[in-house]
Amino acid sequence: MFRYIVRRVLWGIAMLFIVSAVVFLIFYILPSADPAVLRAGRNAGPAQIAQIRHSLGLDLPIWHQYLNYMKQVFFHFNFGYSYQYNVPVRQLIFSRLPATIWLVTGAVIIWLGIGLSIGIISAVRRRSLIDRTSMTTSLALISAPVFWLGLVSLYLFADDIGRFPILPGQGSYAASSDFVSRFEAMILPWLVLAAATSAIYARYMRASMIDTMSEDYIRTARAKGLPERTVIMRHGVRSAITPIVTLIGLDVGTLLAGNAILTETVFNIPGVGRLLYNAISVSDLTTIQGITLFGAFFIVFFNLVVDIAYAYLDPRVRYS
Amino acid sequence: MSEPLLQVEDLRVRFSTEDGIVHAVDGISYSVDTGHTVGIVGESGSGKSVSSLTMLGLTRNQGAEIEGRIMFDGRDLVTLPDDELRKIRGNEIAMIFQDPLSSLHPFYKVGSQLTEAIHTHRDVSKSAARDRAVELLDLVGIPDPRRRVDQFPHEFSGGMRQRVMIAMALANEPKLLIADEPTTALDVTVQAQILALLDDLQSRLGMAIIVITHDLGVVAEITDEIAVMYAGRIVERAPTRAIFGAPQHPYTWGLLKSIPRLDTPRDEELVPISGRPPSLIKRPSGCHFHPRCPYVRDAHRKVDPRLEPVPGDEGHAVACLLNPELRNRIWRGLASGETSATLRHLVVEEDHPVRAHAAPRTSEEDPA
Repeated sequence: MFRYIVRRVLWGIAMLFIVSAVVFLIFYILPSADPAVLRAGRNAGPAQIAQIRHSLGLDLPIWHQYLNYMKQVFFHFNFGYSYQYNVPVRQLIFSRLPATIWLVTGAVIIWLGIGLSIGIISAVRRRSLIDRTSMTTSLALISAPVFWLGLVSLYLFADDIGRFPILPGQGSYAASSDFVSRFEAMILPWLVLAAATSAIYARYMRASMIDTMSEDYIRTARAKGLPERTVIMRHGVRSAITPIVTLIGLDVGTLLAGNAILTETVFNIPGVGRLLYNAISVSDLTTIQGITLFGAFFIVFFNLVVDIAYAYLDPRVRYS
Repeated sequence: MSEPLLQVEDLRVRFSTEDGIVHAVDGISYSVDTGHTVGIVGESGSGKSVSSLTMLGLTRNQGAEIEGRIMFDGRDLVTLPDDELRKIRGNEIAMIFQDPLSSLHPFYKVGSQLTEAIHTHRDVSKSAARDRAVELLDLVGIPDPRRRVDQFPHEFSGGMRQRVMIAMALANEPKLLIADEPTTALDVTVQAQILALLDDLQSRLGMAIIVITHDLGVVAEITDEIAVMYAGRIVERAPTRAIFGAPQHPYTWGLLKSIPRLDTPRDEELVPISGRPPSLIKRPSGCHFHPRCPYVRDAHRKVDPRLEPVPGDEGHAVACLLNPELRNRIWRGLASGETSATLRHLVVEEDHPVRAHAAPRTSEEDPA
């Protein structure tokens, strides 16, 4: 078990190096703007730009630049300096991270809670009205893009522009000061962010559960005389959930890197996603690079957690 | 003589499917006494597993229509409420299944699967249940049970897993043990060990056993009585000795002739039963076995035979339209090495010969 974990951790670190190199290469080959020009500001002469380029080390060969960048990241946890905001990128990310973590954590709890329980109920009550209704609804939710769903939910429920003004709307998170109002402000974003994923998970869980419930060991559990509840929860769900756990790791990562950006933008939540959106729109390369690396770190980290969790959940993995 | 432990009376199990009604079990009756072993033999799809799953109520949630009676220890298992039946499952009647790997939960330790079986029906402490689990593993011949109890199913070999299944079934000292193809997934040498174990456990614990199998060879040693099933019915039922000594049904003959034997010359070919098991939705008319029977006569396609006592052989019943004297002659011929092709003339009617392979699906059988 210990060796397994060590192996996964080493793999994770190797993965981060590869990602960082690729990210670096992309921005080197396909820059959306010249960082030296951006830094120099308007009316800067060529000599001035060249001097800035030299002082930032942008005239060095790419491998040297990469080495310098990685040295900073590794030894000083420094992701560079944002010349748009005039603060270190690290500080930028850290100031925005709480909102994003808050958003994603809530969404994950909602999506797992709703998705998994609907999946289980649908599988157990297969072909019932509740099964058909939830599967149809889930198909609709999967098909709805997050930004559209976000705007529709604001139009329907936001307390300023909504038809049924029952929940705080756009910008309310940034304006809130205490825990309760922060919680209320997140309800809509959480639901919007969780909607598509919980729908997908309901379908995954249903399929996995249906497979599991036809396994021989479920028949054994019934033949033992266990109450049906125990058969479903202890024997069925325990097995059916294992492949789902693998997906959770991947999806939390993509949530951070993808849909969270859209949700934060629609609801105007000052999170990392919103920061990335702004950075892209002003070609703030160091910030984009820093956030991309940071995102990659989260994805690798969650995958590591999942690998370890999987070994814990499925005893057969531990020995192979 | 007191009531038998288990008495199945005219049990019928039907499933409605999109293609029609599947008559999985079509009116079977048999009984099992305490301390006795009954074998139920038949091909896949003959209804042998469905009948025993029905006994435990495990076909109820699959939309089965069940008729008849299954009297077990004074209660009718067909009409017993779900919750009452659940208390009997794994407690008074236990079952072991064909594939011991897929029948054990892959994520739980063997010990916890055993104690779960105990805790379901007994109010005992954790440590007492664990001691009992170790004791059970020891009982079924698993070496080093104290260590093995904390291992996962995938750490056991096939034979050892089946021993674990048996241990689990014995956890609450059942009165009846149903073994559904207990040795099919195992190596031949291990098969013999498992059968010997079942036999030994029965003599020590005194329970009744039903062994379900497609292999007459498996049940030869350990059963007292055998019921041969075909297309959802029992076509022959007799004490084990009579099934092997004086079988009466052409299907039983076929099963017997298809067992490889060490004492026959090596160049003698095994005789398969031609054709396939019939569809249980659209069953053949008359005797259900007629499309595959080498001794078929025209009348057999119209008349449905009933299970009737064999004259002069107590406890032996058969559902066959051939006359008893003729059946004995054919079996004597088969036993002395003749084939159905040469014996067929015995049943051929004087005026017009009967073609044995009238149904198209048996056409590949034609030896001529």
